[in-house]
Amino acid sequence: MTGLTFELLCMQLLTGIALGSIYALLALGLCLIFGMLNVVNFAHGAFFMVGAFLGVYFLGVTGNFWFSLVLTPLLTGCLGLLTERFLVRPLYGRGLDYPLLLTFGLSYVLIEVMRVTFGIEGLPSITPDGLGGSINVGIGYFPKYRLFLIGATALIILGVWFLIQKTRYGLIIKAGAADQEIVKVLGVDIAKVWLLVFGLGCAIAGLSGILASPTRSVNPEMGVPILAESFVVTVVGGMGSPVGAVVAGLLVGVVYSMTSLFFPDLAELSIFVLMAVVLLIRPQGLFGKAGAMG
Amino acid sequence: MNSLFQLIARHRVLASTIFLAIFPFIMPYEALAINILIFGLFAMGFNLLFGYMGLLSFGHAAFLGIGSYLTGIGIVHYGLPWGVAILAGVIGAAIGGLIMGFLAIRTRGIYFSMVTLALGQIVYYIFYKAESLTGGENGLRGVRVDPFNVLGVPVDFLNPMVKYYIILFFVVIAIWLISRILNSPLGAVMEAIRENEKRAAACGFDVAKTKLLVFVLSAGICGLAGSLRGLHLSIVPIDSLHYLQSGQAVMMSILGGMGTFFGPFVGAAVMLYLEDVVTTFTKHWMAVVGLVFMFFVLFFPKGIWGTILSKLQINQDSKS
Repeated sequence: MTGLTFELLCMQLLTGIALGSIYALLALGLCLIFGMLNVVNFAHGAFFMVGAFLGVYFLGVTGNFWFSLVLTPLLTGCLGLLTERFLVRPLYGRGLDYPLLLTFGLSYVLIEVMRVTFGIEGLPSITPDGLGGSINVGIGYFPKYRLFLIGATALIILGVWFLIQKTRYGLIIKAGAADQEIVKVLGVDIAKVWLLVFGLGCAIAGLSGILASPTRSVNPEMGVPILAESFVVTVVGGMGSPVGAVVAGLLVGVVYSMTSLFFPDLAELSIFVLMAVVLLIRPQGLFGKAGAMG
Repeated sequence: MNSLFQLIARHRVLASTIFLAIFPFIMPYEALAINILIFGLFAMGFNLLFGYMGLLSFGHAAFLGIGSYLTGIGIVHYGLPWGVAILAGVIGAAIGGLIMGFLAIRTRGIYFSMVTLALGQIVYYIFYKAESLTGGENGLRGVRVDPFNVLGVPVDFLNPMVKYYIILFFVVIAIWLISRILNSPLGAVMEAIRENEKRAAACGFDVAKTKLLVFVLSAGICGLAGSLRGLHLSIVPIDSLHYLQSGQAVMMSILGGMGTFFGPFVGAAVMLYLEDVVTTFTKHWMAVVGLVFMFFVLFFPKGIWGTILSKLQINQDSKS
């Protein structure tokens, strides 16, 4: 290993954090939906993919990244609302497996819809104006866009944290996750809360799609591997724990990028090995509560 | 009508065998029939775990893939006789099931599905990276079965009809085994775990051991399906290991009727036939299959075969 320096290591760490932010966002969306509705959204990777496609498309049409950054999550969020209202809602009370199976079927359909609309090759990814090139971060030059990615993710996570911890809506969401019957009795329209939480989760998935789009190729299958990776993050972090989702997301990103520095061939494997180790030691995940896995 | 149905139910292995023996004659061509036979077995092996014990695995492509690859590697790189290569595939898949099951049964419910999916991806990457043995992205080529003699009669595996019946021979053995498992005390414990795990444990059954055992059996059966698929296609595509392939087993079970003996087979037949028909109109068959699947999840959770069975059951009840 020649040329391994402290600077290189730091750069790789930063790259890992940038990658990990995407994982953290995706896992946070999964976690919100699961914590509230007890539904694993198997179409989460597909929503991520749809977000990337819409993001790149709007960016190409309007030339305005910020416009695209607002419009894309709104659209994937609406798609999420429709999904909850017409597909997931009829399945409540029929066990945990059915919503999972349904969203799995939905992911098939979404992949094909994108293939029909944008072609099987996908779209060329675009780095937005002003965020191209690299910038000196003190220890060397780092791509500007990845720094933006880290900052934007931090803002979104803070926003979600603020929503849940500091607002009335957050109070209802937390109460609903803890005991939906009581919340219902207190006069809250819980069905509406579920609808909005599902929409929010899908909006975050779409947002991570557009944020990730300049760093990876945008094609209809791009959501497939990332779904497996988000599951790893969820398992490592602990199901239903938002803190776990964020910490494990960053951890998985860093483990991936560090392994790809030292053992490039094992990079994809490393995060799954991490999961296996965590499972052996703490089956409920790093931040999961014991017995909260039923 | 009812007594006929009961006769079939009592002799389900024989009934399945007779049906499968005439099956290639009602299909448009033999390759489709062979495909259905293999995926039907895959779905039946999967259903043992999902339908009868309630564990939804999204990692079963790993066992299909391990079976295919080990059989293929045995034939291509080590020149094993094909019978021995099948055995290697089955045993390899069962060992894979032991390792994956050991990790996955530590978790429950939805968590179990996520863990099996992630563990399945490990297997995918291992075989993908071991390019010298598996051919990596291009898949493993040259999985051939040379002509051989049975009691002095020459048998040519390349003849589709001959191939169908050779594969059927193995499938029937597996079906018989599945039926035996379900009729045994183990089968009863499996259903007890599906209905209420805590109560099953309270009754004194070793839930963890049963789960692991069924996981291994299910993996071995799916491995056999994989082995046969390798021989049928003469190549092993890397897609065999993909989690969308695991999803196919799930879809077939649901479509046909999970927790029913022959349902997964019906599901495999309907899905592959549908795929075959749809691809003649459009290459976007995945959307059609996805929509049909969602329709069944929403409106016919018992699946085709399961719905038929429950209709028959209702008739029986009202008569008795």
